[in-house]
Amino acid sequence: MTSSEILFDSPADPVVEGPVLQVEDLHVSFPSEAGRVQAVRGLSYEVSPGEVLGIVGESGSGKSVSSLAVMGLLPESARISGSIKFQGRELIGRTDAELSKIRGRRISMVFQDPLSALTPVYTVGDQIAEAILVHRGGAVSKQAANKRAVELLDLVGIPNAAERAKAFPHEFSGGMRQRAVIAMAIANDPDLIIADEPTTALDVTVQAQVLQLLETAQEVTGAGIVIITHDLGVVAGFADRLMVMYAGRAVETGKVDEIYQQPRMPYTLGLLGSIPRLDVGEKQALVPIVGQPPSLTDLPPGCPFAPRCPMVVDACHTAEPPLIDVDGSAEHRAACIRTGEIAATETEGAEAAAEIFGAEVIEEAEIAKVPREQRETVLELDGLVKEYAVNKGVVFKRRVGTVHAVAGISFDIREGETLGLVGESGCGKTTTLMEILGLEKPMGGEISVLGTNVSSLDSKRRFEIRRDMSVVFQDPMASLDPRLTINDVIAEPMQVHGYSKADINRRVPELMKLVGLRPEQLSRYPGEFSGGQRQRIGIARALALEPKLVVLDEPVSALDVSIQAGVINLLEELKSKLGLAYLFVAHDLSVVRHIADRVAVMYLGKIIEIGEVNRVFDAPRHPYTQALLSAIPIPDPVKERQRERIILTGDLPSPANPPSGCRFRTRCFLHASLPPEKQRVCIEVEPPREVQAEDHEAACHFAQIRQVL
Amino acid sequence: MAGFLLRRLVNYVVLALVATFLAFTLASVTFDPIGLLQQRNPPPPAASIEAKKRDLHLDQPIPQRFVTWMGGVVQGDFGRTVADRPITDELGRRIGVSLRLFLLGITIGILFGVLIGVVSAIRQYKFSDYFATLFSFILLSTPVLVLGNLLKIGAQSVNNSIGSNVLIFVGEETPGFQGNWFEHLGDRMQHLILPTLAIALGQIAYYSRYQRSSMLDVLGSDFLRTAQAKGLTRRKALMKHGLRTALIPMATLFAFGFGLLVVGGTFTERIFTWYGMGDWLVTGISAQDTNITATVTLFVAVCVLFSGWLADVLYAALDPRIRVN
Repeated sequence: MTSSEILFDSPADPVVEGPVLQVEDLHVSFPSEAGRVQAVRGLSYEVSPGEVLGIVGESGSGKSVSSLAVMGLLPESARISGSIKFQGRELIGRTDAELSKIRGRRISMVFQDPLSALTPVYTVGDQIAEAILVHRGGAVSKQAANKRAVELLDLVGIPNAAERAKAFPHEFSGGMRQRAVIAMAIANDPDLIIADEPTTALDVTVQAQVLQLLETAQEVTGAGIVIITHDLGVVAGFADRLMVMYAGRAVETGKVDEIYQQPRMPYTLGLLGSIPRLDVGEKQALVPIVGQPPSLTDLPPGCPFAPRCPMVVDACHTAEPPLIDVDGSAEHRAACIRTGEIAATETEGAEAAAEIFGAEVIEEAEIAKVPREQRETVLELDGLVKEYAVNKGVVFKRRVGTVHAVAGISFDIREGETLGLVGESGCGKTTTLMEILGLEKPMGGEISVLGTNVSSLDSKRRFEIRRDMSVVFQDPMASLDPRLTINDVIAEPMQVHGYSKADINRRVPELMKLVGLRPEQLSRYPGEFSGGQRQRIGIARALALEPKLVVLDEPVSALDVSIQAGVINLLEELKSKLGLAYLFVAHDLSVVRHIADRVAVMYLGKIIEIGEVNRVFDAPRHPYTQALLSAIPIPDPVKERQRERIILTGDLPSPANPPSGCRFRTRCFLHASLPPEKQRVCIEVEPPREVQAEDHEAACHFAQIRQVL
Repeated sequence: MAGFLLRRLVNYVVLALVATFLAFTLASVTFDPIGLLQQRNPPPPAASIEAKKRDLHLDQPIPQRFVTWMGGVVQGDFGRTVADRPITDELGRRIGVSLRLFLLGITIGILFGVLIGVVSAIRQYKFSDYFATLFSFILLSTPVLVLGNLLKIGAQSVNNSIGSNVLIFVGEETPGFQGNWFEHLGDRMQHLILPTLAIALGQIAYYSRYQRSSMLDVLGSDFLRTAQAKGLTRRKALMKHGLRTALIPMATLFAFGFGLLVVGGTFTERIFTWYGMGDWLVTGISAQDTNITATVTLFVAVCVLFSGWLADVLYAALDPRIRVN
């Protein structure tokens, strides 16, 4: 990082004493049809130079709105009051022209979705150079700015920066675009960087790269950082201080360690208790926070969390509690009148949360006690292959290549068992699912459902077999027809399969109860339900035909953390009650560890490691699994700071042109450390899947255990 | 890129041939120029009718007639009209008239359409937006027949109040006008104002609606926020990043708008007595003239396909995402 000294040598910067950013009693409201939405209600915080403040909250908690207010980028309809002081200067009330001199120069921002954050019609290099020129156009020539843009791209870890600067955003992967946005953010050596969910849209391995890059950015610029996230894991190792937001206000603030170890506000407790832990092997009790965040148009008096709080007493409804010092520490403050009682409990952190919220470990099904080999095989894949042709030409199409989406994968799922299928986006998870759900003869290999090979099915048998298999989709908003009532949604599969009217009318309310919804709501439409409730409706529909296997495609990834736990618990309960088998596709390995019995890790269309979940997670053999696991942040600041991360370089290679031999070798740290003669083995021979231990297979020539948690 | 555009061009030639063949066939089957001739009073002698039949190749089967005609077209001869005048002579003049009329109208339409659309989007739900919306809908729902005549009436009262014939709405120049080139230009301009307005107004209304919605799409986009976060003022971000991106979906519209208007302007040409291509089509059909109809159709096909080609070029120029390597 030698270039950084040249790049960020800006002695003209005034050295300002005191905090970089001081927000005082900030209120932001927007007009809406239901009345004014009070998005931020009296928020105060400050950031010191070089300090990292994490702001945590669910969607709608006001965390993004408050930071857009700092940038002066709220829509005109927003009404703002209070005070935002940057280096002692008030920002509220300034004109757009005045603010634009500060934006990008002294305060810069990194946004959530890197795919849409760059203008599609200009090259990446030009867009970074523009950030420099707009502030220093007089002093810096266009050529110099372009040169600096290349240096910045190099600094943020884009290989061949000079070449890549001429590329357009669509030629960059998501991770690379986020790097470019960060390059833009640090271009003028700012004093404050606001990162709004900077890693939410990225794969875990890329998330680790970007977090590390933000740390580098902080080192080279010495800026204060505000990092906004809903993921308590992301900020655990990175932030110095934490602010938890709920319903437009801060409900707990303090040093990171204190908040994770001694949370004093029930909401924070609930959040911590609701996250499945990657580093916990035994079955964990997940805390579901009932209900949903309040509407911010017409808040009743009292604590806004009271309707969801397990510790609520009458006094909670009289007035909204202010932030008060906790445990006699001025640093740690919580907005709850019962902090003393929380402090008095014997347990701390997630355990205390489980106790206070009454969460319990869900019992295993009867069938799970039968040895695996003696259970019926529900689904079996043997060497499944799926390829797509890449065509070129409009009139005369010709094949120019093949995408090897799924390149020969095998696994089986037994009765009452959950197999987690994990991997980065583009690894072939979804293609595998679609092949299984299609029940068609595959291009290569075999799919058997309940012992029946699907290649041999006629259409009548195929229709019958569909009853035994159902699916829950990722997006609960898009997967329910908005014009059907819930009753029709759940009844539809039964109508298709010829259930009698009486049976359907009996069964639909049963299913509603089964998934924790009230049968009285059956005549409503999907639009009237929250995301979590809609996902429950999707589950009810999936269970309508009493299937043996449920395919779950990222069923909780679109949900807020507090809602997610409830749905995971429901899935576990249903599995144990109904003896279901799940094929659980997810990118969140913590959730997989919590819910799955076995796990299969996919990379570029191949399964590179498979086995019993604790064996794979505790003693991963394949370097890719090790890297994946090590990339996932753990919501424990102490552990997180001690962990050594394996940072994978680069992005997933194109499945149209996979590397020879071992497909992972281009990004493999183990491969890179091998002597040339061993490297040749990786390059020339595709590693077969070999048994490493009981129910644990991995496909690596040089597999060795490495603990990463 | 060049190869891609060339391949497109070859496709277009085939399409133009097909379109012209269909028009030619349809016209040949339905038109009865001899019948028209026989209705004359007094009827022409049988010998001259026979000669006419031979001249128009009506004794040949239709595909053969097409081949004969097309053979001429390839050599630049578009055949003769029923009245026995060479089409080629008139073709160039009429294309010139149409282009003079529409190029200006469309250019003004695009410029003001984009401008009004952008302002409407940025100032959404403000007075100016409602005003532009109202006027667009009024103009879009007014047939050009009505609009043209309203403009004429308006021009007449303007002329009356000034006391001289400033706005002229018949023909494209004063017949027998004497003067130097500058005075000629002035005379042509006086003739051009009203028809241009008739075309431009409709175009402005049409483009401004599309530009408004495409700009609104861009207004909420993340990259605009990124541009502002870098330190661009809102106005500068809107112009450099917003408008530039919002123009991409308009490219097709602009290109095809031109291609279709050249013939879609039949009414405008007729109202203001400009003898352009649109007018010719109507003349050709009423004279039951296959050659004129087929020639105009070929011209339209070429215009439309050229527009498609132009749209591709514009798209590639505006949007790096679709540039083909």
